[in-house]
Amino acid sequence: MNVAYYPGCSGKGTSVEYERSTQAVFASLGISLRELSDWSCCGSTPAHATDARLSAALSARNLCLAADTMRRYDATRFTTPCPSCLANLKTARHHMAEAKFREQVNKLLDSPCPAISDKGEDPLPEVVSTLQLLVEDYGLDNIAAAVRTPLSGLKIAPYYGCLLSRPADIMKFDDPENPTSMDRLLEALGAEVVPFPLKTECCGAAMGIPRRDITSRLTGRILETAVTYKADVVAVACPLCHMNLDLRQQQAKAAGNASYKLPVLYFTQLMGLAYNLPMSELGLDKLAVDPSEILHKIGKEVSA
Amino acid sequence: MNTSDLESSRDEAFIRAVEEESGQRISDCYQCGKCTAGCPCGPAYDLQVSQIMRLIQLGDKKAALEAASPWLCVSCSTCTARCPNNIDVARVMDTVRHIARREGKKKYVMNAFWDSFLQTVRYCGRTYELGVMAMFMARTGRVWTDLDLAPGMLTKNKLPFIPHIIQGKDAVGRIFERFNEMERRD
Amino acid sequence: MKIGVFICHCGSNIAATVDCAKVAENARAFPDVVFSTDTMYTCSEPGQEEIIAAIKAHSLDGVVVASCSPRMHEPTFRRTVERAGLNRYMFEMANIREHVSWIGKDREANTNKATELVLMAVEKLRRNAPLFSKKFESTKKVLVIGGGVAGIQAALDCADAGLKVVLVERETTIGGKMAKLDKTFPTVDCSSCILGPKMVDVAQHPNITLMAASEVTGVSGYVGNFTVSIKRRATYVDWSKCTGCGLCTEKCPAKKSPDKFNEFMGPTTAINIPFPQAIPKKAAIDPAACRKLTGGKCGVCAKICPTGAINYEMKDEIATEQVGAIVAASGYDLVDWTIYGEYGGGRYPDVITSLQYERLLSAAGPTGGHILRPSDGKEPKRIVFIQCVGSRDKSIGRPYCSGFCCMYTAKQAVLTKDHIPDSQSYVFYMDIRAPGKMYDEFTRRAIEEYGTEYIRGRVSAIQPDGKGRYIVRGADTLLGKPVDVLADLVVLAVGVEGAKGAGKLAETLHISYDHYGFFMESHCKLRPVETNTAGVFLAGACQGAKDIPSSVAQGSGAAAKVIGLLSKPQLENDPQVSSVDIKRCVGCGKCVDVCPFQAITKENIRGEIKAQVIEAVCQGCGLCVATCPQGAIQLSHFTDNQILAEVNALCQC
Repeated sequence: MNVAYYPGCSGKGTSVEYERSTQAVFASLGISLRELSDWSCCGSTPAHATDARLSAALSARNLCLAADTMRRYDATRFTTPCPSCLANLKTARHHMAEAKFREQVNKLLDSPCPAISDKGEDPLPEVVSTLQLLVEDYGLDNIAAAVRTPLSGLKIAPYYGCLLSRPADIMKFDDPENPTSMDRLLEALGAEVVPFPLKTECCGAAMGIPRRDITSRLTGRILETAVTYKADVVAVACPLCHMNLDLRQQQAKAAGNASYKLPVLYFTQLMGLAYNLPMSELGLDKLAVDPSEILHKIGKEVSA
Repeated sequence: MNTSDLESSRDEAFIRAVEEESGQRISDCYQCGKCTAGCPCGPAYDLQVSQIMRLIQLGDKKAALEAASPWLCVSCSTCTARCPNNIDVARVMDTVRHIARREGKKKYVMNAFWDSFLQTVRYCGRTYELGVMAMFMARTGRVWTDLDLAPGMLTKNKLPFIPHIIQGKDAVGRIFERFNEMERRD
Repeated sequence: MKIGVFICHCGSNIAATVDCAKVAENARAFPDVVFSTDTMYTCSEPGQEEIIAAIKAHSLDGVVVASCSPRMHEPTFRRTVERAGLNRYMFEMANIREHVSWIGKDREANTNKATELVLMAVEKLRRNAPLFSKKFESTKKVLVIGGGVAGIQAALDCADAGLKVVLVERETTIGGKMAKLDKTFPTVDCSSCILGPKMVDVAQHPNITLMAASEVTGVSGYVGNFTVSIKRRATYVDWSKCTGCGLCTEKCPAKKSPDKFNEFMGPTTAINIPFPQAIPKKAAIDPAACRKLTGGKCGVCAKICPTGAINYEMKDEIATEQVGAIVAASGYDLVDWTIYGEYGGGRYPDVITSLQYERLLSAAGPTGGHILRPSDGKEPKRIVFIQCVGSRDKSIGRPYCSGFCCMYTAKQAVLTKDHIPDSQSYVFYMDIRAPGKMYDEFTRRAIEEYGTEYIRGRVSAIQPDGKGRYIVRGADTLLGKPVDVLADLVVLAVGVEGAKGAGKLAETLHISYDHYGFFMESHCKLRPVETNTAGVFLAGACQGAKDIPSSVAQGSGAAAKVIGLLSKPQLENDPQVSSVDIKRCVGCGKCVDVCPFQAITKENIRGEIKAQVIEAVCQGCGLCVATCPQGAIQLSHFTDNQILAEVNALCQC
């Protein structure tokens, strides 16, 4: 199975373990991730907060690259692990369905995007999250079948973040209030999923830099709730959520006067653990909060 | 000290501009406050989300564009998800940011971060995280930002020193140039 | 023919933009017109007298009035010409107000158009023929569907007027939603205490036949002569033997059966009597919960019943009734609030609906009238009420206000304080709607005397804190701040819609209904208890969300309409109905299929199949006329020739 792949900028930096574990898991499942050649930044929040056309143009360049990649490798799906990139790509495609907007965006590009056909078919491809691809296309049964070390005994709080399923009419994935895709994926890995009530509550995103107090409060609430629900680990699907919950966990604890130690792993890292993939491919040593305790629960060590 | 003369403070063109750019009908809002209730950043706002909507309804352009709140919004879309009148409130907030920036309104700290981010994208084609931080610190003078996180990130190789510069960086740069040109013309 | 034309000024409504004198003058030249004049107010007494005088003076045999819409005064003028001795169908109206003077200011163009419309009316009138109503008998019996307070009132009023009444109720007891309430606003009267006597009256009234656990499955016929089929569901208890002693309930081992009357707030037994004041006070078995009926084991109730009333072999039965009129009083149901994922989507045990809370408050309820949290049975100290859950909400397709939730929430807040003096209640609202008598004063009491905190703003989400309580995330828009409340119990004022199955019932009755399941009245202002189907009336919440006094008033209103209808010795049909020319009819049956009122049948006439119209049922919609490939069926007073005459007149102008 070939899929066009857009890693997103943080994949090489702050979320390198997400990128690495995603690559490892997909390879082990026989899905070839065909990275768009010479992809560029989608602009993330800074772009869409600055101007709609600029943001759409930055995304459109990559959508055109994706179309090429899909043609070249005969891929039927285009995916990205980062919800922010996902939102930008999807929003650009959605708004560019309107002719006047498409025209304005095209003027910003080196070569304009091909037009929508008379039948209403858009040559710019649809894009889905890696989570959606795994759960819907690959299937939970296949995900369960590949498990070698069931994550039994692990209580996981699934944290989706605010972007994956909202706004519903653009993201078109799962339930915007109580999504369950990751829950089912984790259960397929053998883990116990706690009924976490803050699944889509925003962690504070990039606000951590200019206003640390806001992010600390929001992140702190998510972590404290997960602790109240007796979770051993929080599973995430977003580089920024991970950064706030893991890297900034100390800041959140300090602001909230709390003491807990809650490892935060990407769901792909948890999949990698369940599939017995080599530790070097999962990047667990990159985590700020030491995951040793939960690894011991399933009979593993951080370094192979 | 004076009362608000609703007649003279009403900027009809501003209301129309917000409606057109955001694609939302502002009079649909009946000020229920559900957006305010669910906004994760609400406690930090000077004016709540529903109050920004109210200012737009009243055509109070000055107050709407000078509020700090749109710059503290994290674009989480909770407001949009729960609005009983199907208003894409997040998009309205985005539109306020767009118009405020175009009109050269007072910049908040978040602007410095966003401008730094886009600057690295413009010249490298991809985000250069270390560059973003450096520029942000230079623009705002906040040299202590996240210094506590630096050691951890650097030792784990999460903050590469060398930016990823793509082959098509000029193509990306041209997008920005054409955009600036487009704005100059409009 | 001798036609008289009368052009009305309607004060300045028409005369301001139409030259009425000129139109009258133009009309004098029209074929068969022997008299033409303009008048100030044709519908007034002098105006009508003028028409009658002209008919007599000029021996007119047809009249055209050019004035307002026929929907306003056609009946008036028809009666006028009838008083002068003409057949009422030798009359035509031209609408020169809604169609001319009110839509344009160009006097010349208006005058021209008015003249053309008058010509069209004259040409039609020239092809009119006198029509005569037929009289038919009516059954002096009324069917009331729904035993809630509106249906009960309608039934009692009709029965007191001497009509026989059949009251059909879907549940095993009457009382509807009102029987589920603990107290009623604004007096905080005990609901069963005020409803109970009426329910008993229904049971004891010699003119009322009560059919509980029954549903209307089919209606045929026409006003005055409906044939209704009613499914009497098997209750597995012979109600002629059951005394309501309740022994079966005590001994039934299936103690975890779902309790619909108590809004599923607590378990009940498979055989049960819903509440102590139930009418009929008879036991019934829930077949899905009964161990004997599902698994063949048990049978304890049959052994214990002192009168041997249990019958596991009971089957559904169909009863047929002949009635002259039908009153639909099927009530409402709560909207499905579980679609609000932000409020837990039904997963949080201590987030309940207002009706569920009402059962907790009631002494006959699952907790004996003690307010206890469903999750752990503890008494809550902090209760949050959320208004407008499923009302005024375009995003779920329910944009309307449900009308009585503000009031019952205030009542529930008051009662909460009575039950738990050291409790604190919070109400999150958008607006307070308290239009009735003593209503606003009551809501103020809840705030001023009972210490309820009213906070203006909606709630975005309810999040369990993991320690058994719930963080309610709301907003105080008056202060301009988001606010949180840590609640022990959350009560949702859920909006209402037409009762479950309302759409299907409407189609059975051949009446219209809207997207929300409410039945459509004839005219939203002037005819709230009638439908566009002759003989079918509405009462109560089935017509639109309303409180108890309005429901009772509509019950009496519908009864008045029924009594008026059936008090005439015979009914008259509207002669503007279809009829079949059997010479042209080829018996294809297309008209039979297309008639929405099932007014056409296939008959064998001298060995050939021909369509025949049941005149009393025909509503004159004309669908059959448009469908017939042979042109064999024509609608009296709107025949092809009459309509084409109008078209020709216009084309030649």
